[in-house]
Amino acid sequence: MGNPSLIKIENLRFERDDTAVISCDNLYLDAGDILQVEGPNGSGKTTLLRLLTTALQAREGTILYCGKSIAECRFEYLSDILFIGHQSAVKLTLTAEENLDWMASSGIGSSSAVKALESLGLAGYTDIPCYKLSAGQQRRVALARLLISDARIWYLDEPFTAIDRDGVRLLERCMKDHVSSGGAVVVSTHQDLDLQGVRHYPMLGESLLRAYS
Amino acid sequence: MRSSASNGFCAYLRRDLRLSHRRLGEAASPLIFFIMVSTLVPLGITPDPASLALVASGIIWVLALLATMLSANDLFAGDYQDGSLEQLLISPQVLVMPVLGKVTAHWLVTGLPLTIVSPLLGLMLSLPEAGYLPMMASLALGTACLSLLGAVGAALTVSLQKGGMMLALVVMPLYMPVIIFGGATVQFGIDGLAWTGPLAILGAMLAAAIALCPLAIAGVLRLTSIN
Amino acid sequence: MNWTWFYRLGSPLWFYQTTTRWLPWLSLLAIVLLSTGLIWGLGFAPQDAKQGNSFRIIYLHVPTSFLALAGYFLMAAAGAIGLIWKMKLSYMIMKSAAPIGAALTFLALFTGAVWGKPTWGSYWVWDARITSMLILLFLYFGVLALQYAFHNEEAGNKASAVLALVGTVNIPIIYKSVDWWYTLHQPSTIKLTSAPSMHPDMFQPLLVMILGFYCFYVVALCLFTRVEILRRERKTTWVGELAARSSYEVESDKK
Repeated sequence: MGNPSLIKIENLRFERDDTAVISCDNLYLDAGDILQVEGPNGSGKTTLLRLLTTALQAREGTILYCGKSIAECRFEYLSDILFIGHQSAVKLTLTAEENLDWMASSGIGSSSAVKALESLGLAGYTDIPCYKLSAGQQRRVALARLLISDARIWYLDEPFTAIDRDGVRLLERCMKDHVSSGGAVVVSTHQDLDLQGVRHYPMLGESLLRAYS
Repeated sequence: MRSSASNGFCAYLRRDLRLSHRRLGEAASPLIFFIMVSTLVPLGITPDPASLALVASGIIWVLALLATMLSANDLFAGDYQDGSLEQLLISPQVLVMPVLGKVTAHWLVTGLPLTIVSPLLGLMLSLPEAGYLPMMASLALGTACLSLLGAVGAALTVSLQKGGMMLALVVMPLYMPVIIFGGATVQFGIDGLAWTGPLAILGAMLAAAIALCPLAIAGVLRLTSIN
Repeated sequence: MNWTWFYRLGSPLWFYQTTTRWLPWLSLLAIVLLSTGLIWGLGFAPQDAKQGNSFRIIYLHVPTSFLALAGYFLMAAAGAIGLIWKMKLSYMIMKSAAPIGAALTFLALFTGAVWGKPTWGSYWVWDARITSMLILLFLYFGVLALQYAFHNEEAGNKASAVLALVGTVNIPIIYKSVDWWYTLHQPSTIKLTSAPSMHPDMFQPLLVMILGFYCFYVVALCLFTRVEILRRERKTTWVGELAARSSYEVESDKK
C-alpha cells in the first residue's frame, strides 16, 4: 500500500429518525479520480455528499482524509474541499462578480473573478444583479467557484442541472483539468460523463433495498 | 488560504449590509413599521398629551422590540434557502465570527435606525423632555441585545416553513429583562433619577449576550439545519 | 472508571422495565402522601389569623409552583444530557417533562388567581412572582411549540433542548429583573409575601403535600416517557413482543 487514499469511507451509516437512510462502506477516492455517484431518486446521493462535506454527521462509521479521521483534522479537510449543491448559494441581489468575490472567502480580487466568469461564458453579465440572469447562468456563476478555488476535492451535487450542452462540455473540461493536476471529483449525476476513467459508485438506498428484497 | 477570524466577521458584515442596501425597501420596513404603529397608540388610547406622556416610553420600547423581532426572522432564512448557510457551515472557519458579523449588520439596519428616529416618536407621543437621551441610549444598547437574542430564535426556527410566529413564541420570554431595564431607564430619566443605573445593567446584558449568543447561534445552526 | 451504569441508564428498554417494577409502588406512595396532606391540610390545619380558610389553597399552590420551576430545570438538564451524550432516552424525558411542567405552571397560576380574589380582591395582579410564573409558562410554551414544529424529530429534539438551556440561563435574569421591576412599581396596599414564619401545624401538611407532588411528578413523568418510548421504539423487537404478549393476554381474558 502506498499513501493513504485522499478520502476513504469506512462503514458509514446514517439514519434519520431511526430509519437507515444510507449505509456505505469501502468507498475511496484517490488523487486523479472522478467518482460518479449514481442511483435512483431518493437513494441517498445528496445525503452521501452532505455526509462527505460534514454538513451531516453520521452516527456510525468514519470518513478518513489522508488517513486521518475528518473529525480530527476538520479545519484542514474543510479547507481542501469545495461543495456545490442543489442550492447554488448565489445571492440574487448581488452581481455575479460580487457573488464570486464573496464566495472565495479570502477575497480574490475582482479581476480573477471576472476572468473565471468569462471563461464560463458569462462575459458581459458580470456586473448585473443575478436575479436578471437565467437559471442556467446562475448555475454557471455558482460553478465559477471551481475555477478560483484551490481545494483539491470537489463535491458536485447534480452540477448539470439547468446547464446547456456547451456548459456541460465546459464543466467536463474543468473536471478533467482538475484531476490531471492532482485533484479529485465526486459528482452525483444521472448524465453520462464524456470523460475517461470515471469510476461509478451505485447507490441503493436502504429503503429501496428493503423494497426490492 | 486561512481566513482569519476578523476576516469572517467583516466579510459577512459587509455582505449583509450590501444585501440590505440593494433591497432598501425591505430593509427599511421595520423602521416604517415602528413609526406607523406608533400612530395607532393615540388613536387607540387617547390623544391627550398628558396620558400619552405616561405610556410613551413603554410603547416606544414595545414597538422597538416588535420591529426587531419581526425582522430577525430574515436573519438566516435567506441564507438557508439559497444554500449559503450550508456553505458557511462547511467553511473552514470559526462559526462565531460570521454569525456576529451578520447580527451586527442586522443591528445596523434595524436597531440603529430605530434609535435614531426614536426622538420623532417621542415627540409624537409627547414624551417628557428629560426622557429623550435615556431613551436613545437605552434603545442603542437594548436593540443590540434584542438582535442577538432574536438571532438565537432565528437560528432555532430557520428550517421551519413558518418560522415567523414560532420565532416570536421562542424569543418573547427572553426579551423581557431587556424591556424591563430599557423602559426603566427612560422612566428614571423622566422622574429625574440616575438613569445610568438601569442603563449600566442593560450594558451588562449586552456584554453577556455578545459573549454567549454567538456561541449558542453557531451551535444551533449546526444542530438544526440538518433537515 | 466503569461507565456501563451510565449507558444502561440511556437504554429505553432498561427504563421501561425498571419503571414497570417501580411505578405501582411510587403511585401508591404518591396517592398516600397526597391524600394525607390534603386531608390534614384542608381539614385539620388551623385557620390563618388574617386570611381565614382561603389560605388553604397554598397546599396546592406552593407544591405546583415548586415543581413548575424544578420541572423546567429537569427538562433543561435532560436536554443537555441528550445534546452532550446523544442519549435518546433523555430527549424522551425532556419531551415528556414539557407538557407536565406547563400544566403545573398553569395550575400554579390558576391557584394563585383563586387565592388572590379573596385575599386582595383581584384575580390577577402584576406581582413579581406571578409575572415570573407567567414568563415561565411562556418559556414552556416555546419549548413545546418548537418541539412539535419540526418534521425531523431529531432536529426538534435538539432545538428544544437548546431552547430549554437558553431559558435556564435566562430564568435567574428574568426573575431578578422582574423582582427589581416590581419593587419599582410596587403599590403599597398589596403585600404578597406570605407569612414569614409559618406555624408548624400549617407547615407540616405542606411538607407532606410537596413530597406527594414530587412523587406524583415522577409518576407522571415516567408514564409520559413510557408512552414516548413505545412510540419511538415501536419498530424494535422488544416492543413488538410486548404488544404481542399484551394482546395475547387480552385474548385470553376474553375467553
